[in-house]
Amino acid sequence: MTERKTIVSVKGLTKTYDNGHQALKGIDLDIQEGEILALLGPNGAGKTTLISTICGLVSPSDGSVSVAGFDIIKDFRKTRELIGLVPQELTLGAFDKVINTVSFSRGLYGKPADTALIDNLLDELSLGDKKHSMVQQLSGGMKRRVLIAKALSHEPRVLFLDEPTAGVDVELRKDMWAIVERLRQSGVTIILTTHYIEEAEEIADRVGIISGGELLELEEKQILMSKLGKKRLVIELKNPVDALPAELDEYGLTLSGDGTKLTYTFDARQERTGMTSLLSNIATAGLVVKDLNTQQSSLEDIFVDIVAAEA
Amino acid sequence: MNTEAVKAIYKNEMRRTRNTLLQSIAAPVISTALYFVVFGSAIGSRIESVEGVAYGAFIVPGLMMLSLLTQSISNASFGIFFPKFTGTIYEVMSAPVSFFEILLGYVGAAATKSFILGVLILITATFFVDLRIAHPFWMIGFFLLTCVTFSLFGFIIGLWADNFEKLQLIPSLIITPLVFLGGSFYSVDMLPAFWQKISLLNPVLYLISGFRWSFFEVSDVQVGISLSMILLFLLVCIAIVWAMFRTGYKLKP
Repeated sequence: MTERKTIVSVKGLTKTYDNGHQALKGIDLDIQEGEILALLGPNGAGKTTLISTICGLVSPSDGSVSVAGFDIIKDFRKTRELIGLVPQELTLGAFDKVINTVSFSRGLYGKPADTALIDNLLDELSLGDKKHSMVQQLSGGMKRRVLIAKALSHEPRVLFLDEPTAGVDVELRKDMWAIVERLRQSGVTIILTTHYIEEAEEIADRVGIISGGELLELEEKQILMSKLGKKRLVIELKNPVDALPAELDEYGLTLSGDGTKLTYTFDARQERTGMTSLLSNIATAGLVVKDLNTQQSSLEDIFVDIVAAEA
Repeated sequence: MNTEAVKAIYKNEMRRTRNTLLQSIAAPVISTALYFVVFGSAIGSRIESVEGVAYGAFIVPGLMMLSLLTQSISNASFGIFFPKFTGTIYEVMSAPVSFFEILLGYVGAAATKSFILGVLILITATFFVDLRIAHPFWMIGFFLLTCVTFSLFGFIIGLWADNFEKLQLIPSLIITPLVFLGGSFYSVDMLPAFWQKISLLNPVLYLISGFRWSFFEVSDVQVGISLSMILLFLLVCIAIVWAMFRTGYKLKP
């Protein structure tokens, strides 16, 4: 992954809105070609401001952004041609046919009309039979697909999806993930913002965690999870106990209701996890271990920890 | 220059017109026809000719101006206000288009609609009155300049307005009174001396006067002054739009 070419480079990006709200506080971020990057963060974290700035919808206060080596302000034509944006809101003109609004997008990006390409795109997004429908007659999920079709109509190399599955039912969310996966296979770099951890966990290669206008973490998903993840060791005892023996006080164990399971939480980042001494102390206390089981914490646990630590 | 984008915006706007053909074209034509019936035929038949021109014909340039001004402003302001209102403007703002190209697309389409409308009104007028056009080239010149200038003005209003009330405010509170008091239906010579002087402060008077001169060679002010005034207004609009775009006014936080 790391040898991949950087396609979007964000350096020291800050944004302070006119009302004084500082939405971005010095973001540095390199996005690699062909990856799926999930930007995870609570509402108001600055995710949308970040991608809006890269796409040219918001003027940066300081710092710079380049796409494929071109500056987003000086060479805005070159950078924007490479980018497609699917906004968070279902913003579509009410009185347009699907085919017209998608063709309009292509023209706007300076590409000559290409009926075959648009037809193909609509088919891929299961919009083929809705080609001549008015957009206001479509369901929310279909509208989302139309927005994706619009964003892809000019064959961008980088696609930004702002909360693609916000307020979308499970079925459609799975659909959306499949679409994203297909796009990745076609070589498109995808950046999506989300506040659904499971979404990042499911489809992203790398996860960036944004909170309060700062990029707190940026790691490959597995590394982030193992690096930051707390692990739980569940110890199953042969014979139930009524209370924890005094020898085990220092480990902060929890005992299950039936007295057969001890749970030990430890930090996988630490050199010494304390597991060995725990197990020997268990033996000293005269308990017999029946089974051992460790569990990785989910991205959600990690996320809550990081954001809580910053607050 | 992203000509595909200009074409896309222009075509999209023209398609919007076709979808709302009745409202965009038929309504203004019908209301103009009503003006002809009421002012031209019913009342006009009792009015002697004005400066040697039959009253029905005399009001044609004024009526055209009335429609051109109000429709240019309403088309162009709505054209840019609506995507702002629905949020679809995001796409134009994130596309590889310059502000000039956006302007060309939207204002070009609005001006085209006004031009078509003006031609239709002119044709409608020939059913009611005997028309002659003394200086066709000047007539077309004033006609086009007015379409472009007031579409530009409408575009400014559409950018500035952040609600429907503001969108209607300037057209109904300022433009309509200026057009009615600018000599659409009369020659300012008919007014008392004091009101004649006041009328000279009305920029629309110069437009109507110049336009009427191109038809009948009668005017309230010299045609050169008329032309200068409309060019001046065009320059003012261009300057305002340029300043708005430089600062990303209300489009780009």
